[in-house]
Amino acid sequence: MKVATEKAHFDVESIRKDFPILSRKVNGYPLVYLDNAATSQTPQQVINSITNYYSQYNSNIHRGVHSLSQEATDAYEQARIKIQKHFNAEKSNEIIFTSGTTHAINLVASGFTSLLEKGDELVVSALEHHSNIVPWQMLCERTGAIMKVIPMNEHGMLDLAEYENLLSEKTKLVFINHVSNALGTVNPVQKIIEKAHAAGAAVLLDGAQAAPHIKADVQALDVDFYVVSAHKMCGPTGVGILYGKEEWLNKLPPYQGGGEMIATVTFEKTTYADLPHKFEAGTPNISGGIAFGDALDYMNTIGFDKIAAYEQELLEYATEKLLKIEGLRIYGVSEEKTAVISFNIGEIHPYDIGTIIDKLGIAVRTGHHCAQPVMDYYKIPGTVRASFAFYNTKAEIDTFVEALEKAKKMLS
Amino acid sequence: MSTIKEIQDEIVEEFELFDDWMQRYEHMIELGKSLPLIEEKYKTEENLIKGCQSKVWVHAEMEDEKLVFTADSDAIITKGIIAILVRAYSNQHPNDILEADNKFIDEIGLKEHLSPTRANGLVSMIKQLKMYAIAYKTQLN
Repeated sequence: MKVATEKAHFDVESIRKDFPILSRKVNGYPLVYLDNAATSQTPQQVINSITNYYSQYNSNIHRGVHSLSQEATDAYEQARIKIQKHFNAEKSNEIIFTSGTTHAINLVASGFTSLLEKGDELVVSALEHHSNIVPWQMLCERTGAIMKVIPMNEHGMLDLAEYENLLSEKTKLVFINHVSNALGTVNPVQKIIEKAHAAGAAVLLDGAQAAPHIKADVQALDVDFYVVSAHKMCGPTGVGILYGKEEWLNKLPPYQGGGEMIATVTFEKTTYADLPHKFEAGTPNISGGIAFGDALDYMNTIGFDKIAAYEQELLEYATEKLLKIEGLRIYGVSEEKTAVISFNIGEIHPYDIGTIIDKLGIAVRTGHHCAQPVMDYYKIPGTVRASFAFYNTKAEIDTFVEALEKAKKMLS
Repeated sequence: MSTIKEIQDEIVEEFELFDDWMQRYEHMIELGKSLPLIEEKYKTEENLIKGCQSKVWVHAEMEDEKLVFTADSDAIITKGIIAILVRAYSNQHPNDILEADNKFIDEIGLKEHLSPTRANGLVSMIKQLKMYAIAYKTQLN
């Protein structure tokens, strides 16, 4: 009898056929796209969703009595429900469409202006992307609140003991990424949330880097705010969501004024619409919202468990191959990681490596990855970051490693 | 003394010897090694060129009505690019630097580096050299 020890078959070749861009050439070489943590590629199903919107039912939502407007409104609200179900939010009005993660964080930071007092404390981690630092610094400047930082260690993991020391009755809000964009570290968010709640603080999780790999359950996490961008999970750019517990969203004042977000307007007084519309002033990215829902359908059809298992296989394969290159050092070696490898080779500048391998058709990210505090910790100007998606292959990793060897030879 | 145009033509001829991008990049990296290096004391925030992923410092001094550039970078491809520029523009009169065009960059097969969105900041480097020329030209007048 054959023992079923083989890994479940993941038909990557058939998946790749869904992504037209993967068959193009760059600088004469077949594209090897390893910059998925910056933006993921778009399957034909999602491209069709956008084309279909503009060729069949493009119209403004929520206000027209005509058929097209009804169809567009239905599709847009249907997308909100798909997103609600995906993240297991209790109610669909807890899903606010935004232009992306950055917009969602700014919305919450702006809302907290009236909820904070001088001397209140906010807790952030040393692993954050600038977009989860700067809006809160601006909030501190407005309110006189103070920001405390959870330190990280050499492995790229947060110091949880120190985190507990930072929490007090003064702590009002903790904001942390679910997964680090620069290193791929998966943070122990369940524990972080429990401790914050015990101290009476709310928690915002930046899920931008987690959402493409991990299906977060906002109710199980008991998180207060969860923010993501569609373009990192096979959707279009310029759209994302803020999930917020209803009680929190009701507490926050509106972010932007305009159409859609009002109940009644006179020159004396305006009353605001209910959730989610209170936070959705103006005509939104309608086709983008609908396509986001379709991108989630696409990924869920493949299955997040299968995606995660396959990506871990790629991560292990790539880590092993890369470490064979002499002088290569990987930054961020947390036990729990998404398929991201941040590294340098000897003293070679990451920019030089990125430039040479681009000539060989390989797309990676180089630089500080909008996470300068992480680079400062390691005292490096930046890294080369290869980030994998479920449509990458082991053969592509081989091509990547060969290209790195070539670059290393040229640049040493 | 050669004019900027003559030096540019010379650089273009050199690069024409190579058939593929790899050899051109290798040559550029070689040229980086001949770059007249900026003194450590001039590696200041002011002399740092903005818009580059790597660090590039450029310093200028006037000698007999001619501008002399020294520079450095922490990335070797960037160092090669700045070396090509310095070779063409150093030891020239500010007026000549201001009048020079940069078509030769295209001709040596580095066109992609001329895009203003390119993170290596070649465009910023050229702008910086010309800014020095403007500043020193004012002094001459």
